[in-house]
Amino acid sequence: MVTKVLTGNYAVAEAVRLSNVDLITAYPITPQTTIVERLSEFVDMKLIKARLMRVESEFAALAAAYGAALCGARAFTATSSHGLLFAHEMLWWVAGSRVPMVLAVVTRTVGPPWNIWSEHTDFMGQRDCGWLMALAENNQEILDTTIQLYRITEDEEVYLPGMLGFDGFLLSHTSEPVDIPDEDVIKSFLKPRSQPYNMCSDNILTMGNLSNAEDVATMRYDIHKSMENAKEVIKEVDREYEKLTGRSYGGLTECYRCDDSKYLIVAMGGWVGTMKDVCDELRSNGYDVGVLKVRFFRPFPEEDLTKAMSSVKGVLVFDKSVSLGSLGHIHSEVLARTYGLSNKVVVRGVIAGLAGVDVNPNDIRGIILKFIGDVEEGGYIGNTSEWFLGR
Amino acid sequence: MSIKIQGLSRDNYVLPGHTACPGCPETLGLRYVGMALGKDSIIVVPAGCSTIIQGTLPKSSIAMRVINVPFASSASVASGIANVKEILKIGGIPVVWAGDGATADIGFASLSGSAERNDDLIYICVDNEAYMNTGIQRSSLTPYGAWTSTTVTGKREDRKEVPLIMLLHKIPYTATASIAFPLDFISKLRKAATIRGFKYIHLHAPCPTGWRFDPSKTVEVAKLAVEVGAWILFEAEQHKLRLTPPSNIYLDKHKRKHIKDYISVQGRFKDLSEDDLRRFEDFINNTWELLLKFT
Ligand SMILES: Cc1ncc(C[n+]2csc(CCOP(=O)(O)OP(=O)(O)O)c2C)c(N)n1
Ligand code: SF4
Repeated sequence: MVTKVLTGNYAVAEAVRLSNVDLITAYPITPQTTIVERLSEFVDMKLIKARLMRVESEFAALAAAYGAALCGARAFTATSSHGLLFAHEMLWWVAGSRVPMVLAVVTRTVGPPWNIWSEHTDFMGQRDCGWLMALAENNQEILDTTIQLYRITEDEEVYLPGMLGFDGFLLSHTSEPVDIPDEDVIKSFLKPRSQPYNMCSDNILTMGNLSNAEDVATMRYDIHKSMENAKEVIKEVDREYEKLTGRSYGGLTECYRCDDSKYLIVAMGGWVGTMKDVCDELRSNGYDVGVLKVRFFRPFPEEDLTKAMSSVKGVLVFDKSVSLGSLGHIHSEVLARTYGLSNKVVVRGVIAGLAGVDVNPNDIRGIILKFIGDVEEGGYIGNTSEWFLGR
Repeated sequence: MSIKIQGLSRDNYVLPGHTACPGCPETLGLRYVGMALGKDSIIVVPAGCSTIIQGTLPKSSIAMRVINVPFASSASVASGIANVKEILKIGGIPVVWAGDGATADIGFASLSGSAERNDDLIYICVDNEAYMNTGIQRSSLTPYGAWTSTTVTGKREDRKEVPLIMLLHKIPYTATASIAFPLDFISKLRKAATIRGFKYIHLHAPCPTGWRFDPSKTVEVAKLAVEVGAWILFEAEQHKLRLTPPSNIYLDKHKRKHIKDYISVQGRFKDLSEDDLRRFEDFINNTWELLLKFT
């Protein structure tokens, strides 16, 4: 093992290098670009055996990766924001075909107006496509989760594609020390490529022709069941990875000081690190606060969340994305899981950090303390939702 | 490459029970693809009539490997396969089988991208001159004057020359073909299969349902298109174009049948005026002239 100081984007590239990938498809978009730039260096310098296709769009990037994956290739591509939206139709097709592959999504605001800073709406907008979705907190987790996703997506209990999101610039262009596992270790961790069927085998197969309603509905249900299966697989893979590298992320969620907490902060992505710091500080001042980091958004960690909420007074959800006309994405998922809890829990959703609006520790502390104050004063105040616009 | 009917495979690649309209040119074309390439082909099909023709899962009327893909994505999917063939040591030829809408309109960027990269595959545009699967709407390859459900008083724009556009991508092989001349089409496919890089074949496929003619006349109408000079058969290797036999004689304008012979059998042209007809003729003459510049 070596430790290198890497940006989030270079951490992904290292993970792809280690994952014995056959095909990489590349198209530039800020802030994703340095991933494919680094990978093209790896390919040109023959540091990896993968073929690199420099395609004409993100739609083509996904489509070409799909074609290759159908024929047995371990495939990778990466994009952001408008590129992800442009490829949206292919996302459905890949998942519906049950073809494992991995996509890195460097989160970025969707225009107009043009804006390149991080928010999570591009990523969260893909939540219904049938892809496993993880969002990383730091560059080490970016590397580790990319590798883990190849194992998880190619597990026969799962056989679905997976995307790894992480914050543009905040992680993609920020350097941190990252432990890079040895090639041999990852080689033994990742088994040879596995997929449900191969369109380039000698079997005369047809993929995707017309089907009747019941068959299609059943296929959808199968994807849903595989998502459920994936929960156990994700945890198992995380445990196995820990044995090899010493690092674990708790599977679908990470519970940070939340075991005995009265107030639970729920969030995803890079700012969870800041929230943990604020949590430590509040703890030392006598507040019973904990943080539940949602690591996988699909499958949604329902059981973890229900358990974590079962003994708290209040849940404060931070969303860096919103379904306009409704709520923050994590907030609505959390609310859906409060029904049936034996404790009466107050839930507040805070939509913050949109379009890259800075949310610093003071802001987070202020929002948490206000929430605690409102609950302590007002008792059960139900569900509320707020926007933090940075001014 | 001379090919004799007797030497062709008698295997069925399009099985009875398919769900095409009677007289469908796409089933004819697919049958010829099977005869030419047999089980080597891995067919990539975007949305279009050929998705429907296959019939309903878990069965299929096409006895070749078929990958159905989103409307705009076929060239890219085939490119992905082409790019891992070597590394994965897989055989077979990725063959895109796409309509004129999928080719000239929505999938045009994918097509152009694959061609520019010279990915090793065969791309066939099966051109029935409209979006038939969604009920006969105009495409950029619908000819001037034709009725479609979105050009009810006749289309007001000319079709674009996709084969020439592909030729100008400087790909190693570009050809046109017609479902009326299977041996010509099959020999072009076989030649394409021996060439490395991007191969483009544009197959003219008159559609009785969309063009409004009797389903028994598909081959006849396709033949007429060549005989009046409205469809020109050629091939181009290393971007040097040469006419291929069915079209050779029509280089001489006087040998061509009268345009009316072709137009009058199609209901979609029934409202064409004399002026429109002359325009149609001019269009044909100009196309020949343009084409011959590449010989
Ligand atoms: C992105 C997208 N837009 C629209 C459609 C609807 N659609 C399906 S087939 C088709 C027309 C196909 O026309 P063409 O490519 O000419 O093939 P043909 O049906 O004539 O064989 C359309 C518009 C679709 N499937 N996907
Ligand atoms: S509409 Fe034309 S191309 Fe489509 S299935 Fe019918 S005959 Fe064939």
